[in-house]
Amino acid sequence: MKKFPWSRLYLALVFVLLYAPIFYLIFYSFNDGGTMNSFTGFTWDNYTAVFEDSRLLIIVLNTFMLAFLSALAATAIGTFGAMAIYYTKQRSTRNTLLSLNNILLVSPDVIIGASFLIFFTMIGSLFRNFSLGFMSVLLSHIAFSIPIVVLMVLPKLHEMNDSMVDAARDLGANNFQVVKNIILPFLSPGIIAGYFMAFTYSLDDFAVTFFVTGNGFSTLSVEIYSRARQGISLEINALSTLVFLFSMILVVGYYFISKENVSRRVRKNRKKREVTDLQ
Amino acid sequence: MTKIRRLYAIPYMFWLVLFVIAPVLMIVYQSFFDMNGQFSLINYQSYFASGKYLTMTLNSVWYAFLITVITLLISYPTAYFLTKLKHKDLWLLLIILPTWVNLLLKAYAFIGIFGINGSINSFLTFTGIGPQQILFTDFSFLVVATYIELPFMIMPIYNALEEMNPSLISASRDLGANSFETFRRVVFPLSLNGVKSGVQAVFIPSLSLFMLTRLIGGNRVITLGTAIEQHFLVTQNWGMGSTIGVVLIIAMFVVMILTGEKKKGGKK
Amino acid sequence: MKKLQSLIIGIILIIVVLLLGVRQLEKSTGMAGAQVLNIYNWGDYIDPELLKKFEEESGYKVNYDTFDSNEAMFTKIRQGGTAYDISIPSEYMIQKMIDEKLVLPLDHAKIKGLENIDARFLNLSFDPENSYSIPYFWGTLGIAYNDKFISADKMTSWDDLWRPELKDNIMLIDGAREIIGLGLNSLGYSLNSKNMEELDEAVTKLRKMTPNVKAIVADEIKMYMANEESAVAVTFSGEAADMMAENEHIHYVIPKEGSNLWFDNIVIPKTAKNVDGAYEFINFMLRPENAAQNAEYIGYSTPNKKALDILPKEITEDEQFYPTDELMSHLEVYEDLGKEYLGIYNDLFLELKMYRK
Repeated sequence: MKKFPWSRLYLALVFVLLYAPIFYLIFYSFNDGGTMNSFTGFTWDNYTAVFEDSRLLIIVLNTFMLAFLSALAATAIGTFGAMAIYYTKQRSTRNTLLSLNNILLVSPDVIIGASFLIFFTMIGSLFRNFSLGFMSVLLSHIAFSIPIVVLMVLPKLHEMNDSMVDAARDLGANNFQVVKNIILPFLSPGIIAGYFMAFTYSLDDFAVTFFVTGNGFSTLSVEIYSRARQGISLEINALSTLVFLFSMILVVGYYFISKENVSRRVRKNRKKREVTDLQ
Repeated sequence: MTKIRRLYAIPYMFWLVLFVIAPVLMIVYQSFFDMNGQFSLINYQSYFASGKYLTMTLNSVWYAFLITVITLLISYPTAYFLTKLKHKDLWLLLIILPTWVNLLLKAYAFIGIFGINGSINSFLTFTGIGPQQILFTDFSFLVVATYIELPFMIMPIYNALEEMNPSLISASRDLGANSFETFRRVVFPLSLNGVKSGVQAVFIPSLSLFMLTRLIGGNRVITLGTAIEQHFLVTQNWGMGSTIGVVLIIAMFVVMILTGEKKKGGKK
Repeated sequence: MKKLQSLIIGIILIIVVLLLGVRQLEKSTGMAGAQVLNIYNWGDYIDPELLKKFEEESGYKVNYDTFDSNEAMFTKIRQGGTAYDISIPSEYMIQKMIDEKLVLPLDHAKIKGLENIDARFLNLSFDPENSYSIPYFWGTLGIAYNDKFISADKMTSWDDLWRPELKDNIMLIDGAREIIGLGLNSLGYSLNSKNMEELDEAVTKLRKMTPNVKAIVADEIKMYMANEESAVAVTFSGEAADMMAENEHIHYVIPKEGSNLWFDNIVIPKTAKNVDGAYEFINFMLRPENAAQNAEYIGYSTPNKKALDILPKEITEDEQFYPTDELMSHLEVYEDLGKEYLGIYNDLFLELKMYRK
């Protein structure tokens, strides 16, 4: 008798829960009436509105560029930071560093935003040309994303078998090679997880971005929250649907491409080994 | 190794000083000033002496605790079952995907779903049960807050479970343990690091939720986040706001000590 | 490692593509190079067509930044680091900005069209002689109710909020001044009161209302009322207009004891770089046809009486949004309470919020 796949059912339920609001938003993006209160008719109008609103499109592109870039920098700095913490000899120092690391995670956005604003205006008074805008937002996003990267990478460092590193050393590897060929590959899942978390934090952030931006640089979050007073038009639903679909395609596409590469490489290596075995 | 390690660590240390230590010092400094800019302990007095802020703190801690527990209960099995799937990396990414849609929009969607004339109530009416008040209850608040936090808990637990050596499970089975015992004595303890990361990433931010308390909770429960927003923005009383910030930071240190790295002694 | 490398390369490629995309879009909208006018306003608070029209007429490129609350805007402008030429705050915030010298005095010689504004909306307590600001939109605070749940004759005064049949069926807007203000108004006091006895009396009375309060929310109140989540809501006229557009059962009434009259006015922040452009924008918005177009798009009440001539009668004769003179005489504008009393009001409100359960 085949065992009932309770696990599949459970996962299916979780996915339904996760995607329910998303589908709700997508459903209403086709709504003829202006809001999400009732569905009055099908229309593409909201989508055409998106493409005609060049200001909004610029904001979207800026938002994603910011997210990709800040997550990249945060992941790099965070990964090395995690290594720095892990290799610190004293446990008490390690715990202190870790606690300091988490401060930004625990602080409410408003406090972070206000503090960074003060910081950047101080810099602005020292350096004439520096004013709030893309740079200040980028630096802030990198800053608040680093802690979560550390939190994602550190457990993997703890899992790591130190004897691997020792073995590599014995075989003559220098520091750079050890990091590049042993440590980083082992950490990859954590690093990638950290990247995605950082990316998410950047996309989602409102308060910090709002406080430190200026000069016409705005992100989707800021724009959406600012529209709340007037009511968020379905144009935003349409935009979110497009972005969502695009991300989905990117994610699925990336996954299947990398799978293919892996299997191709494995097949190639297997062939190579077979040939050498025969000789 | 040490020299190179110092080199790697420089950007991180730089960040730590500029963006963590400096702002924290500033926040602590500000907490000692009252509304008129005079040095005073009145903020701390207001905080600890009045029942108001202590109640708020208790509320925040209680709800953050509930959210964390519920999130953990849902996330752990999810992460566990995920590791058994083919294409598991793909499914994991699909779990993260919804978090990229704006929070306010998702909250609005939930308002539509939970509303008195919304999707769920339409379904309930259809099945004859009749509409229920879902919004502005603890239930809806916890559901939506958990929804927001789920991916942040699933991720680290999944990573921890993924890395586990399957031969350990086989070994446990060989020694005669059944599934439950294997889980309790082998799987769960080894995934504890992931669970701790998840708890840290969920409990701590949940303490200062304020948007959801308003949108879904209708401000039925007041948390520290609400007070902070008020002090930083409306009354411009950054001193009092900073005081609450200091309390949160201390709370974080406490949580870290409780869930942090324990001495690596001999195993039992 | 290969995987990491390929990911990193992929990401950098995406970043480059996005950057190019932004450049391309900015060029295609003719944005690069022209002189800039930085406007800081509420989200979606001006007809985008008007901005385009202004850009074409003036030759300036408009940077439109948005904020979601007066306090957030105030914090941003006060800190510095920004160069907004135009901002549109609410009246009590304008008074505060004037006190903290964050706005430039207006040179009335450069302003054309001020006579188009209804005299009742000029020279108000928050900005005497309009030395610093020009009215943009105005409205009231009142009660929105759903006629399916309660009839019009039962909703004429603030005291009606205390009706026992409204148990767990009213929503309040999340604002200390609004709610404490309605408490004060219902007792016949001014909503700018700094008298602790009056305030305590108001709060005691408000406490008795709390069993009726279902939720205390902000902008989303429109959605809730349209969805009939609640029978009654204390809200602004603008929000009520949106609710009424969604649900024909909703009506808006200004309680007879009096209420708040709010204004959003245009100011020129101290940090402005393009002051000439700012004046051009002000004059542009004072023109009746533009004010009318904006009023139709936004749905709020315009202070421009010449614009009223252009707007359709069903809008201008709607007493919910253009109340009678008699009712107007009971309306008060918020005055800045000063830091101490602002703190007191907010603390009292916070306690009130926590009192419920």
